[in-house]
Amino acid sequence: MPEAMLEVSNICKTFGGVRASRNVSLSVPDGKITSLIGPNGAGKTTLFAQITGFLKPDSGSIRFLGEDITGASPEEIAERGMIRTFQVVKPFAGQTVRDNIAVGAHLRIRSRRGALAKAEEVAREVGLGNRLDQDASSLTVAGRKRLEVARALATEPKLILFDEVLAGLNPSEIRDVIPVIRAVKDRGITILLIEHVMQAVMSLSEYTWVLNQGGLIAEGVPKDVVSDPHVIEAYLGKGMAERIAAREKADV
Amino acid sequence: MPDLAIIIPSVLNGLTTGALYALVALGLTLIYGVLHIINFAHGALLMLGLYAVYYLNTRFGLDPYVCLLIVPPAMFALGYALQRGIIGRAGHGRDENILLVTLGLSIVIENLALFFFKSDTRIIDTPYSFEVVQIIGAFVPEPKVFAFIGAFVTAGLLWALMSFTDLGRAIRALAKERKGATLVGINADHVYAMSFGLGIACLGVAACLLLPSYYVSPQVGQGFVLIAFTIVVLGGMGSFVGALIGGLFIGVVEALSGLFLGESLGQIGIFAIFIVVLIFRPTGLLGHKV
Amino acid sequence: MRTLIILAAVFAALGLVPFFVVSDVWLNIAIMVLYSALLGQAWNMLGGYGGQFSFGHAAFFGTGAYTVAVLQVQYGINPWIGLFAGGLAAVVVAAIIGYSTFRYGLKGSYFALVTLAFAEVLRILSNSVPITGAGVGLLIPLQVAPSNLQFADKGSYYWLVWAMALCAFAAACWIGNSRFGAQLMAVRDNEDAARALGVRAYSVKLRAIMLSGFFSGLGGVFYAQYFLYLDPHIAYGASVSIESLLVPIIGGIGTLFGPLLGAVVLHAISEVSRDLIGDVPGISLVLYGALLVVMVLFLPRGLAGLLIRRKAAPQNRKKQEAEHA
Ligand SMILES: Nc1ncnc2c1ncn2[C@@H]1O[C@H](COP(=O)(O)OP(=O)(O)O)[C@@H](O)[C@H]1O
Ligand SMILES: [Mg+2]
Repeated sequence: MPEAMLEVSNICKTFGGVRASRNVSLSVPDGKITSLIGPNGAGKTTLFAQITGFLKPDSGSIRFLGEDITGASPEEIAERGMIRTFQVVKPFAGQTVRDNIAVGAHLRIRSRRGALAKAEEVAREVGLGNRLDQDASSLTVAGRKRLEVARALATEPKLILFDEVLAGLNPSEIRDVIPVIRAVKDRGITILLIEHVMQAVMSLSEYTWVLNQGGLIAEGVPKDVVSDPHVIEAYLGKGMAERIAAREKADV
Repeated sequence: MPDLAIIIPSVLNGLTTGALYALVALGLTLIYGVLHIINFAHGALLMLGLYAVYYLNTRFGLDPYVCLLIVPPAMFALGYALQRGIIGRAGHGRDENILLVTLGLSIVIENLALFFFKSDTRIIDTPYSFEVVQIIGAFVPEPKVFAFIGAFVTAGLLWALMSFTDLGRAIRALAKERKGATLVGINADHVYAMSFGLGIACLGVAACLLLPSYYVSPQVGQGFVLIAFTIVVLGGMGSFVGALIGGLFIGVVEALSGLFLGESLGQIGIFAIFIVVLIFRPTGLLGHKV
Repeated sequence: MRTLIILAAVFAALGLVPFFVVSDVWLNIAIMVLYSALLGQAWNMLGGYGGQFSFGHAAFFGTGAYTVAVLQVQYGINPWIGLFAGGLAAVVVAAIIGYSTFRYGLKGSYFALVTLAFAEVLRILSNSVPITGAGVGLLIPLQVAPSNLQFADKGSYYWLVWAMALCAFAAACWIGNSRFGAQLMAVRDNEDAARALGVRAYSVKLRAIMLSGFFSGLGGVFYAQYFLYLDPHIAYGASVSIESLLVPIIGGIGTLFGPLLGAVVLHAISEVSRDLIGDVPGISLVLYGALLVVMVLFLPRGLAGLLIRRKAAPQNRKKQEAEHA
């Protein structure tokens, strides 16, 4: 079996007393959409930050495309072809959508003209084609999420880590953005999603890991994982309990 | 290697000067700890306080220590007004803007002082200006001893105010978390302005304690800004104890490097500490505390 | 492309000024305007395009000025060589400051204060070592000859500072239309997002401070050759640092023409105030300080923000609310 595209081994990270990552290992296969789920504060974003060089793990190692990238800088990791997006979107406010995306395009394209052309092309792909000259800060939440996708895409990555790219969108916006993510995959780009929106995880990803209190508690095909009692207990526990309680009340 | 007979007076001199630095830094660290802003006009406001003491003394014959009843409250009012009227409105979400606006204020204040008070360096004459106290064989001017004690008393009063009064509790709550504090009914703008006023009142105290052993000129404050900020950084932003220790330390460093490197080069020691500390330990050597 | 044409037209017109302005007084004002615009544009490269506010640009200015002066006075080296040496020396100082601050992630007010501290260290050093003439200062002997970078007429000085400003503005124009500039502005607007997209933030900032330092150093060289006298206070004192940041803040930071606009406005104010109030010491500085307060309070985007698109204004407000929330 060839080595996975991204190989995370035994990552540990603590903040003061909080153990944000406990011995996390996962391997992201080439060419698929996989996902990472878990309740708020489970340590998903922190894991992404470590994988992409924004935080240094206390121990453990990360390999990308067969090479050790533990402790490499975010810039270097981006150059190698792994790009993350941010849960709290970070547009370059005051710059146009075109200029925002061009920053991503410049990773591979030196010329300004070339980067701007690339930005235009990518903007069309993600549905921002008619907003190119608009100030990025004037975009709606959904528009900003698309912008995050577009900037990442413009760097011509091999792997994109999306951090809750669907969070904060209404159902119809989610329906609009899901095909954009599919299209990214169809271009041959591997995707690892952090997601809260269960429906999206179920329909988009082929494999999922579940994180709780910093540690992995389950992994597998999404439909199996969501029926795993451990997951229900840890991740859906409260919601389930409430739902059951509600049903009982209704029965009375 | 100079012998102890030179070093001891020098260290004592450094400690007393350092206490004054600490006094100036106390106000800065209070403001930093609560508002998370750096008041670049701190030196210029100290200069105003010194002129206030100077004129109260020369025109009305008030003893500088009697001025403690007048100047700090006046400075408090000035600080409150400045924060509410100007500084509090200038941020626009960037801390550099505060630095710019307080820089602008300091330019205005210093040059107005130049206009009104002229560039002369002035000193006051008190009965005790030239009295000295003997400590471990060295002679220390009496006003410096008073200032040394005054710095500790002021730090103690500030600490008590922060710990035991409603205002102190409100300030601490606000320093920790603005949102929560406003939710429980704290008027943030008012409490911020009170904190700023208190910080500037510290300068009033410093001015009263400083003038008997020092001088005043329109530029006198300039030297204090970076020194006070060095102390704040060194002591941990927002920490009173840190400001005291940092002040004494800087005073001694300045005195000793002046002794070894000469008057003019000696100041480099402070800036070198400032640069190194800021670069490597932006939260200060003693950690962060409000 | 369009900005390049406008820039060329503006500087072509500015280049003609000595043909029309014969009065030395007015020509001197024109020289000082371009000189301020040069210093302001230098600051703008780092502060405006890069978002790193420096309070210590005197460190670069003074190094440029002292280099050309010391080389002439102490070593008899021609100031034309000194001109380039001055620029390069300023670049070296900028690299040292940039390395020691950006390497360790210093930003915002801390960066501003550390640059100020560096300038102060240099001021104290230049006040103490014999090579700079210490506190007495350094007088460049009067030897008027173009080969000595000293001119008999103000027109030639005008063209000297004009050429320097032209280079600075061309560099700023390039920043606005290049990969380097795009990356620099991305780092300014959100460093994490930029790094996630592969922008080498540290290196970009380091290059920006070096470029900025170079032009500030050229400003210092011009000052030395024009006034033929330097002392630690002139070279490394706060006034140059303040002028450098005030000019673009008035005109509009991060814009190409902001520093020119700011320089014109600043000198207009100081001339008018001199006419109205007379030559009172410090009065123009009072106005400068007040202007700084007013600009930051009411027009953080500068005069240029009034003239060109006002799009980002609501966003600023939103950001402010978010800050306070
Ligand atoms: N920089 C930090 N400093 C201290 N604690 C942190 C930091 N970042 C995250 N944490 C803590 O680590 C835990 C995991 O956070 P995070 O990775 O954001 O979770 P998730 O993305 O799964 O919601 C939380 O308890 C959070 O408070
Ligand atoms: Mg998260």
